[in-house]
Amino acid sequence: MVNIVPEITRKSIVELIENGERADGRSIDEYRDISVEVGVIEKAEGSARVKIGKTQLVVGIKPQIGDPFSDTPNVGVLMTNSELLPMASPLFEPGPPDERSVELARVTDRCLREGKILDLEKLCIIPGEKVWMIFVDIHVLDYDGNLMDAAVLGSVAALISAKIPNATVEDDKIVLDEENPVALPINEKPLMCTFAKINGELINDPSLDEENVMDARISIGVREDGSICAMQKGGEMPLTKEEVISAVSRTIEKTKELREYLP
Amino acid sequence: MIIILTNNNDNLRADGRAFDELRPLKIEAGVLEKADGSAYLEIGGNKILAAVYGPRELHVRRIMRPDMAVIRCRYNMAPFSVGERKRPGPDRRSVEISKITADALRPAIFLERFPRSTIDVFIEILEAEGGTRCAGITAASVALADAGIPMKDLVVSCAAGKANGNVILDLSEEEDKEGEADVPIAIMPRSGEISLLQMDGHITPDEFDKALNLAIEGCKQISEAQKNAIKNRYGEENG
Repeated sequence: MVNIVPEITRKSIVELIENGERADGRSIDEYRDISVEVGVIEKAEGSARVKIGKTQLVVGIKPQIGDPFSDTPNVGVLMTNSELLPMASPLFEPGPPDERSVELARVTDRCLREGKILDLEKLCIIPGEKVWMIFVDIHVLDYDGNLMDAAVLGSVAALISAKIPNATVEDDKIVLDEENPVALPINEKPLMCTFAKINGELINDPSLDEENVMDARISIGVREDGSICAMQKGGEMPLTKEEVISAVSRTIEKTKELREYLP
Repeated sequence: MIIILTNNNDNLRADGRAFDELRPLKIEAGVLEKADGSAYLEIGGNKILAAVYGPRELHVRRIMRPDMAVIRCRYNMAPFSVGERKRPGPDRRSVEISKITADALRPAIFLERFPRSTIDVFIEILEAEGGTRCAGITAASVALADAGIPMKDLVVSCAAGKANGNVILDLSEEEDKEGEADVPIAIMPRSGEISLLQMDGHITPDEFDKALNLAIEGCKQISEAQKNAIKNRYGEENG
């Protein structure tokens, strides 16, 4: 379905941003109201519901015991998937994941993986044979812009709060203690900030209306120490080098605020 | 006096419910922003979201009806909704449930008012604990009403069945797995007409009769919760 933005909407958003204002009264670098709730799905070993403004998603963590990849026989596996549910937007259609959904899952995956959120070596059960596979499933329920920041925030919160059965090896057999679950080996807590470029200005946390009129988008993932772990440029128009550099330093500052929402 | 303790006379189920007792139920209307109508439902350990879009333009011409709207349903389980992770995407079970959900809801909707259109119903099982198809239909009706779709009635659904030799209402996950039979139904409570009936298991005609009556009684109780959800959202006057 083609999304047509009325010229008057585009004009009003652009003009507001020229004056350092936004349609919902926020400043250029301000997020909408954020809420993070963990443990919302009892059947999931970890879960989080994140709302950023009217954007809402649920992340569930499911562990499975599986075979390691042959090139990394002694480390566990982290897999990130997302579903842009057709209930979340009139623009989303049922069916296999489309490119937006795959991009969301892969960017989130890179941020988590390269952000070294988990100590994957500790998720090895029998070296070369059995490891924990940790599935992060992002379920988008309501889409009002900026899915990436919400997906990373929700995934990190869900992983931090997750408890998986304790796996030990006795006589080459894996014994699972479900009575005494253990937390996942959390290493780092990477987070992501997304900016939309509208009329030459980079704004934080774009709403759907703003995403619809943006020229370009950039998402940056950083660890707590300020080092960068993932980036993704989106949108139809280019960015300047200065814009990218400025987005990085703004991300480092802004993720300090986001960090307070983590459990 | 001699009291003989046996399990046979124990009037309770594994979760302590009476045979004709529903699990704790909560329904809320209008929980999503983008959807035209939505509802959130919890019954026992089930957590279910339903959303409705439409009536809206139908792009798939081969299913278009020139004289009425079509209703399309998609029942989907979140990968984290069950014990063992469910692979995302439709499987045979969810395709069948999607179909019978549309069949259950269709007779209540004045589809002839919206020719060449579609009404899309999306049901997401966020957490599953037995009886998700019924809970999905019940939630979908509330979402349809929240979307302002004109309807004859609020379709409501509930299952009865047989477990441990007893005919029981609203089977839990354990009772569904271990039990002898499961009879999910949906009714339009004003007319009492049945718009969904399935049966899975082994049961005598007498027990079936009992189960059917029990399920209808369950539906009537749930129907009150549906109406309350709409009233809470829109107030008594406009409800």
